[in-house]
Amino acid sequence: MSTVIRSAGLGKKYRSRWALSDCSLEVPSGRVVGLVGPNGAGKSTFLNLAVGMLAPSAGEIEVLGERPTGRSAPRTRVGYVGQDTPTYAGLSVADHLRLGAHLNPGWDETQARQRVARLGLDPKQRAGRLSGGQRAQLALTLGLAKRPELLLLDEPVAALDPLARREFLQDLMEAVAEQDLSVVLSSHLVSDVERACDFLIVLVDSRVQVAGDIEELLGSHLRLTGPRRDPATLPAAQEVVTASHTDRQSTYVVRTDAPVLDPAWEVSRLTLEDLVLAYMSRQALARADARPSLEALR
Amino acid sequence: MIWLTWRQLRLSALVVLTTVACFAIALAATGPQLANMFAEAPEDFFDQLGIDDTKQALFDFGTGLVYAVPALVGVFWGAPMVARELEAGTHRLVWTQSVTRTRWLATKLGLTALAGLAAGLVGLALTWWCAPIDDAIAGGYSEGGMLLTVPRLNPVLFGARGLVPAAMTLLALALGVTAGLLLRRTVAAMAVTLVAVVGLQVALPQLVQPHLGDPVALDQEISEETIRGIMAGGGPGSGPGPFQRLEADLEKPGAWLLSQQTVDPSGAVVDEFPAWTTDCGGGRDAMAACLDRLTDEGYRQQMTYLPASQFWRIQVLETAILVLLAGGLTGFCFWRIRRDL
Repeated sequence: MSTVIRSAGLGKKYRSRWALSDCSLEVPSGRVVGLVGPNGAGKSTFLNLAVGMLAPSAGEIEVLGERPTGRSAPRTRVGYVGQDTPTYAGLSVADHLRLGAHLNPGWDETQARQRVARLGLDPKQRAGRLSGGQRAQLALTLGLAKRPELLLLDEPVAALDPLARREFLQDLMEAVAEQDLSVVLSSHLVSDVERACDFLIVLVDSRVQVAGDIEELLGSHLRLTGPRRDPATLPAAQEVVTASHTDRQSTYVVRTDAPVLDPAWEVSRLTLEDLVLAYMSRQALARADARPSLEALR
Repeated sequence: MIWLTWRQLRLSALVVLTTVACFAIALAATGPQLANMFAEAPEDFFDQLGIDDTKQALFDFGTGLVYAVPALVGVFWGAPMVARELEAGTHRLVWTQSVTRTRWLATKLGLTALAGLAAGLVGLALTWWCAPIDDAIAGGYSEGGMLLTVPRLNPVLFGARGLVPAAMTLLALALGVTAGLLLRRTVAAMAVTLVAVVGLQVALPQLVQPHLGDPVALDQEISEETIRGIMAGGGPGSGPGPFQRLEADLEKPGAWLLSQQTVDPSGAVVDEFPAWTTDCGGGRDAMAACLDRLTDEGYRQQMTYLPASQFWRIQVLETAILVLLAGGLTGFCFWRIRRDL
């Protein structure tokens, strides 16, 4: 499996605050990757670093084998749709296509025109008068018609209503199917990722909590409910993600490739949302544990 | 990139360049008449000009326009160039296309500077048009009293002539872009640019221009003919007193008087005029006699001025300074835009 983005110890500091620190991850090629995490996890910063809008304060990042801020940055091979899908309010749809054609050597004019026609955008319409969904579609058109090998989307649907959101993601998936490209899409909503992506990376506090093929992740994570048990008594092959206990009962989310044979457990599958939440709350717990004062209060 | 720059600038560029072009045509149409007027009757030149409303209006409008161009370019082209992109978030769109930020800025700045330069060169056109006026002033035909008869070396007009307006336009553009990059807010950057450009236009003639020339010293004899004004008395309401200060006319047409002072026989600057000057207020003859007596006792009026011949030397030096400053700011912009924004 080759990678399109590889980062090691990557960090970004704004004045005195670290927006991303010690982030090491690999994004596989040929996938539609969902980058999920709570607000402030560093998703946006990571994508900005990947596209060269920001320079790293620490560590390294390579995109398509090159440094994004370097002299041989892969500018023509990486498409980017920024947060809130910015467009020039005063320029028409047609002007945006001309902009794309003038600024990108690999511009696919036919594809751009076809997309605009299919989406029902009026070429003479100013971008400032488009709806949020149409503006996002226009921004996506610019990103796709550049014919990139890698397309990065930073919360492209965050500001859209549910219908526009679904249309956008649907459209993105069709484009990905036609064009041979890798995609990284960041979102704080699991439902977006569930709809569009086949690979998941959960980023919390700059750390990769879990990364993998969504089908495989769903297959290997189980919820176990049964009489109260100490985690130490679970088989070694079952990696505990989260545990919660009442007086008589224990609930575990475990990761395991082997079937669970213990008849005492009631075994159920997780939804993608459960899975993401489990990894997010694990990190939250880890943080709480790091504070002894809170521990003492319990 | 050239297309995009043109697309984003075209409306305001058309307005500014059309205004400037119309003005240049008006200058070209009336310039020969003005030259004729001077060639035919130099001594009547200013009288004729005084009743020619069109040419006076052209002169006033032109001077205003040439002073306004740098501020307009800095405020409306320079300040929003980066600030508006940052404010609208469109820098994320345009800087992630295949073109580098450096090339983006180079093209935008380069083309805008060309347009600004074209507008700024109207200063040269005005200088050409005003040549007969300047010749008439230098020839000593002016009586003074109008903006028209102010020598071009004078701070009031210096910045509206020659190459300085073009250089000032470039500097204003660089100032605007720099302000936009640092403040990241269009309106704030526009305000700062406006203040900076107007401030420079006011401060430069006072603080810089006198040092760019080579001042000439002149000792003027004190007499009824040379002295233009006398301040006397011990101040308001305190009755008659000795002279406080004399002001002489500089008999050098087209020159810019930098300073003048009265010196006593030993060459020291006069702090207190002799007590007998208190009694000089008895009419014109008494005043003339007093002035002659000052001369007889060895008082002189010491003046320093920049002669009209130094006009182009000061123009070139000031232009060089402004262009250097603009270059420095531009360099900073290129450095800054490659960093995080």
